Amino acid sequence: MAEWTASKKRGALRVQLEPRLDVPPAWFPVAVSLGAVFVALILGGIVIAFSGGNPFATYAYIARASFGDIGVLSDTIVKATPIILTALACSIAFRMKLWNIGAEGQFIMGAWGASAVVLAPLLPPETTRWLFIPAMALAGFGMGGVWGLIPGYLKAKFNVNEIISSLMLNYIAVSWVNYWVFGVWSEGGFQMSPKFPTNASLPRLSDYAETIPFFRGLTTHAGLIFGILAAIALWFIVYRSRWGYEIRLIGDNPRAAKYAGINIVRNTILVMALSGALAGLGGVSEVAGVVRRLQTAPLNAGYGFTGIIVAWLAKLHPLAIILVSILFGALILAGREIQPSGIPKMIQGIILVCLIASDFLLRYRLRFTRGEVE
Amino acid sequence: MCTCFLVYLATSPLEHAVTANTTTDLQQPPLAVEMRGIVKRFPGVLANDHVNFELRAGEIHALLGENGAGKSTLMNILAGLYKQDAGTIKVKGKTLEFSSPRDAIKAGIGMVHQHFMLVPSQTVTENILLGLDEPRFLMRLQEYDKKIADLGDKYGLKVDPRTKIWQLSVGEQQRVELLKMLYRGADVLVMDEPTAVLAPQEIEGLFETLHSMVAQGKSVIFISHKLNEVASIADRVSVLRRGKVTASGVPAKGVSRQELASMMVGREVALAVDKKPKTPGEIILDVKDVHAENDKGLPCLRGLSLHVRAGEIVGIAGVAGNGQVELSQVIAGLRPCKKGQALLNGKKVSNRDTRYGIEHGMSYVPEDRTHVGSSPNLSVTDNVIMKNYRKPPISKGSMLDMSAATKFAQELKEAYDIIVPTVNTPVRLLSGGNLQRVILAREISGHPNFMVAVQPTRGLDVGAIEGVHRLLLTQREADAAVLLISEELEELIALSDRIYVIYEGRMMGEIKVEGAEPDKTLMDAIGLMMTGTPLEQIHMEGAPTHG
Repeated sequence: MAEWTASKKRGALRVQLEPRLDVPPAWFPVAVSLGAVFVALILGGIVIAFSGGNPFATYAYIARASFGDIGVLSDTIVKATPIILTALACSIAFRMKLWNIGAEGQFIMGAWGASAVVLAPLLPPETTRWLFIPAMALAGFGMGGVWGLIPGYLKAKFNVNEIISSLMLNYIAVSWVNYWVFGVWSEGGFQMSPKFPTNASLPRLSDYAETIPFFRGLTTHAGLIFGILAAIALWFIVYRSRWGYEIRLIGDNPRAAKYAGINIVRNTILVMALSGALAGLGGVSEVAGVVRRLQTAPLNAGYGFTGIIVAWLAKLHPLAIILVSILFGALILAGREIQPSGIPKMIQGIILVCLIASDFLLRYRLRFTRGEVE
Repeated sequence: MCTCFLVYLATSPLEHAVTANTTTDLQQPPLAVEMRGIVKRFPGVLANDHVNFELRAGEIHALLGENGAGKSTLMNILAGLYKQDAGTIKVKGKTLEFSSPRDAIKAGIGMVHQHFMLVPSQTVTENILLGLDEPRFLMRLQEYDKKIADLGDKYGLKVDPRTKIWQLSVGEQQRVELLKMLYRGADVLVMDEPTAVLAPQEIEGLFETLHSMVAQGKSVIFISHKLNEVASIADRVSVLRRGKVTASGVPAKGVSRQELASMMVGREVALAVDKKPKTPGEIILDVKDVHAENDKGLPCLRGLSLHVRAGEIVGIAGVAGNGQVELSQVIAGLRPCKKGQALLNGKKVSNRDTRYGIEHGMSYVPEDRTHVGSSPNLSVTDNVIMKNYRKPPISKGSMLDMSAATKFAQELKEAYDIIVPTVNTPVRLLSGGNLQRVILAREISGHPNFMVAVQPTRGLDVGAIEGVHRLLLTQREADAAVLLISEELEELIALSDRIYVIYEGRMMGEIKVEGAEPDKTLMDAIGLMMTGTPLEQIHMEGAPTHG
């Protein structure tokens, strides 16, 4: 054996990768994700330092600007609300390995559907809020669903690539809403519709400031309730319902699903429709809770695309999506406060890269060995 | 036990004996490969525990062992795919260290894997040149076509260099893999279970090729867990069990199959099964004149009729790819039936929703455990409820009762000896035998009155095979009708009450099996039928037949 040890650099540290053959404990993925965010913040800090800033001060400022007091926390939640719903939308489609990247368009169509109830008008302006809001939610849910169902149907019946079709439908959705905003529903030639009446808007916390003074100036609106309820409902669907079981089975192994007698065509259409509907509900929440009129620009702000990222980062888990969305809401909010304004975007990017890279640790084990001697 | 089909199809024993003598006894040539004290650890497993292995130049050396015995690990180390934790490798007397397969090939070691690494849309020549530095700039392919054709002629590896890979049969693709290694100048060829994917005729061809390569100075390591093949091809045998060597370079002629088997598993293995006489009941499955097409749209079943009665096991024998798998899919409703029909208890199941069969007592053990029979990233629980999640107590309205599902999985885990830390473990982490137990547990727990099992023991080790056989016989005892599709003739004869032989989607004949000790005439007859001779044209002496 002497020969062998001599040919080997004695004691050289080797890093070996081995596929994990066991299931890591439940806390492990969470710890790895938190570790990844921590590493990302350090890397981001280095970049900030190089660009002449003070990383600690910057992070402190970001934290203050998004979580510092109840007012900005409320703004963070406002930003997070549409992301929760679009991320839930993406998560259910991704769960079945349907790559719906049309949440952006489904979101806008949802907003349009809700607006149509007010502006067409399908209901008279003096309708009570208890009827108005559910009707708007239903219309937006339905319009988003239709926008998801189209690529779903094409995929299921004609095997049309849903990535392309759902992406293209985004552009159609924007043009469609533009048509209504610029033309039919335009307010005096401006690129926006008239403002919705109060009873067609989602209530904000500040609306109750007269009875509860603490709520003064807080913009968090009832759309958050949509988001949380949808997340809980989705959790039950995915992990506790027969349908969710079918979705998980098809997502993991469609051939096994077929063998178990599951109808893949029908589920493809249904899941895409549900995905679109959830994104549409996000549109309802944004148009009725924040914008309060139909207007393209604030609705076309990329919530659908952010939803894709958030869904992945949350590993498609409906409840984790709420937390990750709030983190992203904070970064969006801080983006307006930090100069140069690219910094929060950069941090967002670094976090994303680190989290995706950390996934590796869940599948492989690192082993450090010194050159062994017989 | 009988001599197997594969043995007498292989090259003549005489020629074989000559090769063995010249290489092993007379010259004592230098060692082509010498591995000493090889240790390789995987998490929780010691895959190779101080393994020594010697390969003489010009010999065929069989490396035998059960699944997970460490033979593939050892050979992957030799081929530079894994790195040993400890131990040395000498090639032609020189100590070498491999850090990649490239190094191993440079040293003249080429491995042909079980799953071929070929690009289907490219030609044979293109595949062989892939990854080499030649041709440097212009693709002068004709020149290389010629070179490769010559190389093929030299070693009896007939394959047209200009054909695209997808047009080739599995046997021909294997030849391309061999050519690839020979073109790279390999002197030592490692074949990882090369016969697992081949038809008997192709096996014969492969064995001839291996002999001719050895005659021209190459050395071959032949990984296998099939005892009969080892006896017919190898000069010497080494056996691994649980990472340790239990036999090192024993001459293949001097050792019986029983001895090899006990070295593999460490105890005497009963290859025969305990099948009690039983009178079959009424017809459960009735297949009438079924026609179907394969995945490429070509006819693969051409008017097949057969039936299975309650309480009998009916075997389907045939060389792989003659329509067996498609037959099972037609019965399960997974493949369209162009003409004719399959009836389960008198009700049509072909061209019908798969769910109908599932809900009417049909269970199906598919050939492909990981891609069809299970869902790798889902838990054991999720996998065992695949067939009964629509029924109470697992189903509760539109919801699933997860505690009932967990309880069900727990019961199966205990009843079927599924070795797994918890029922929440994803099944991709299970060994082949354990995964098969999960699938069988699921399929049997529904108390089927009809079961179709396709290659239920493929790739399992001897212990696991015994378990599967026992479970199939239990189904027979419980008066279920069992259709067993297998390429292991011994298994079919041991378990079946009747055997149908099919060839190119047509029925070649039906043979009644009486007693578990079939004679050579019977084996010969089945062999002939498997290669396309109908039963009527075979003159059998004394073998009981009907149909």
